[in-house]
Amino acid sequence: MINEQVAQKLETQFPGAVIVQEEPVEDCIMLTSDQWQDVAKFLRDDPELKFDSLQCITGVDLGDENPMDVRYNLHSMSLLHKIEIRIPVKKDNPTIPSIEKIWRIGDWFEREVYDMYGIRFEGHRDLRRMLLPEDWEGWPLRKDYETPQTYHGMVVPKVKS
Amino acid sequence: MGYLEHKFEDNIIVTKLDKLLSWARSTSPWYFQFGLACCAIEMMAAAASRHDLERIGMMPRSSPRQADVMIVAGTVSIKMAERVKRLYDQMADPKYVIAMGSCATSGGPYWQHGYHVLKGVDLIIPVDVYIPGCPPRPESLIEGLIKLQEKIRGERPLTKEKDA
Amino acid sequence: MSIIRGEEMVLNIGPQHPSTHGVLRLKVKTDGEIVSEITPVIGYLHRCFEKHCENITYEQVIPYTDRCDYIAAMNNSFGYVIAIEEMMDIHVPERVEYIRVIMAELNRIASHLLALGTNGLDIGAFTPFLYMFRDREYILDLFETVCGARLLYNYMWVGGLSHDLPVGFVEAAYKFLDNFEPQIDEYNNLLMYNKIFVERTADVGVLPADVAINYGVSGPNLRGSGVKWDLRKNEPYSIYDRFEFDIPVGEGIMGSVGDCWDRYWVRIQEMRESVKIVRQALKQLPSEGDIHEAIPRKIRPPKGSIYKRTESPRGDLGYYIVSDGKPKPFRVKMRSPAFTAMSVLDEISRGWMLSDVLAILGSLDIVLGEIDR
Ligand code: SF4
Repeated sequence: MINEQVAQKLETQFPGAVIVQEEPVEDCIMLTSDQWQDVAKFLRDDPELKFDSLQCITGVDLGDENPMDVRYNLHSMSLLHKIEIRIPVKKDNPTIPSIEKIWRIGDWFEREVYDMYGIRFEGHRDLRRMLLPEDWEGWPLRKDYETPQTYHGMVVPKVKS
Repeated sequence: MGYLEHKFEDNIIVTKLDKLLSWARSTSPWYFQFGLACCAIEMMAAAASRHDLERIGMMPRSSPRQADVMIVAGTVSIKMAERVKRLYDQMADPKYVIAMGSCATSGGPYWQHGYHVLKGVDLIIPVDVYIPGCPPRPESLIEGLIKLQEKIRGERPLTKEKDA
Repeated sequence: MSIIRGEEMVLNIGPQHPSTHGVLRLKVKTDGEIVSEITPVIGYLHRCFEKHCENITYEQVIPYTDRCDYIAAMNNSFGYVIAIEEMMDIHVPERVEYIRVIMAELNRIASHLLALGTNGLDIGAFTPFLYMFRDREYILDLFETVCGARLLYNYMWVGGLSHDLPVGFVEAAYKFLDNFEPQIDEYNNLLMYNKIFVERTADVGVLPADVAINYGVSGPNLRGSGVKWDLRKNEPYSIYDRFEFDIPVGEGIMGSVGDCWDRYWVRIQEMRESVKIVRQALKQLPSEGDIHEAIPRKIRPPKGSIYKRTESPRGDLGYYIVSDGKPKPFRVKMRSPAFTAMSVLDEISRGWMLSDVLAILGSLDIVLGEIDR
């Protein structure tokens, strides 16, 4: 089953959840964030879809004033199909419902996205910085990130002669 | 030659205590098993079957209190840097540091965009020997260790330091 | 008699600890000797892989992928280059495909040897480690003749390889395989059926299949739980559909399905399968073919994105690559199998003794470079 069919199915189940793209550039499903938790549960449990494995959550900063994307790659191990879901979030105060209770691996993936982009996942049990130290400032993978000069007295950029 | 000539039995050696101490130190520098990244795998390879570091008197210790040499093998990230410093402080004197690989020497391949990489471990602790390479082969590690042994052998731990 | 409740204690393992396989910190909550919760704290080796990718060109990314999983560097760059090739619609010559498979499988053996050796080391068996490193050195020798490096190769390029096989490689590889195959039995005698080892690992840290899937665990850890899932068979990439091999799964021979011993056993069996694949590939290897033929002059994938996953020694290794048509990638995300394996540690080690945690951790075969990236 491919993205389009899944998108149609979702449209009938959850009206208003799918963002219709005028001219689809890429093979993916765009969703709004408000019904995401229900949609995710449906994707996992529907016997025709059965997306039992969440492969990857990727945050993407599209640069400038564009919204950021959170992209989910879902695969089904029993039915051998896959889809990609994209949910745009606003750049100032980005929030999105968490799906870590549906796929447990979402827990760590979401923390990583939070760490790198500052996207907050609502309903996450323990949203902390994961890779960087707790008191690190800024969101490193945003396109406008600037490397700090020092951290706890240590020089960060290369200064040696 | 003088008064002491041919006065001793077999197996008695006369030397300076200074020299004896540094000789003893140089021949068994136990290293601190401190793997950080890719270079640690080469350090393990150097300690394992083929290269066998123990034949030059090096033995891995897992605790900083028992070690003489700290081999910083790998990338020191900023989150780790404070721990490296603390581990160094926990080692007993005399202590030596080897920076293994270009990451520990200067940030290595991560020198430019690595916002979370310390650009050289010598920014936080003093380093005695630098070993280049990414990763250095076990042979280069052994070379570096021999260089360190030479350095230790040249030390005079008891002699008063001359004022500079 | 009143029930005596022990006081809870928080124990800190790492970041410098001999059996954490690098720099990993575990915050372990224990009740007496029994573990009640583990919080892994990672990031001590975060080297900004994804930031680097956005600032360098596509071909320059390859050495960094090597450095992410430094134990199986070939497999890591393999995944990356075939993702780019699929984006750009490049078809590489037959010879290149075969050489890639040979290298990837040899590296898989080397990686498993290291994983098994250190697993033994973690629970106190020192000697098998030396044996396994001895054989690993022979594989590294082979790699060295091919590309000059022992650990990080930068061998697979987009559309081709950096060097062709040197004269005499095929014979040397056959010789290695002939020597290596009987060694596997030696490991079994030394470690796998050793009474102490069995006691320490059988029935310990059982990972049920549904938990494993929900946590996204993959590779030998998933197969140890009895799930027959291997991307080389289920979603064949490159030319893996041309070879005959089995997928070993955990059967619970010593305890129950999905325990530490099963994960260990799967790795041992996988080495045998890899040997089979290498033998077939060496036999079918075409003698003609220019390995630089399909290397594009400019690597500029068309606008778009791709998620491509391959089977690395640790499991499903995925690359999510976004291209905006420029010479530098817009975004590269690596979905690393060790990352997901690490996240399940808390779940499966609750209720076990503290010393079992290290056995479980060793059996998951984590590489910190890949977890933190
Ligand atoms: S110098 Fe190279 S091999 Fe060593 S830790 Fe750094 S990147 Fe890895």
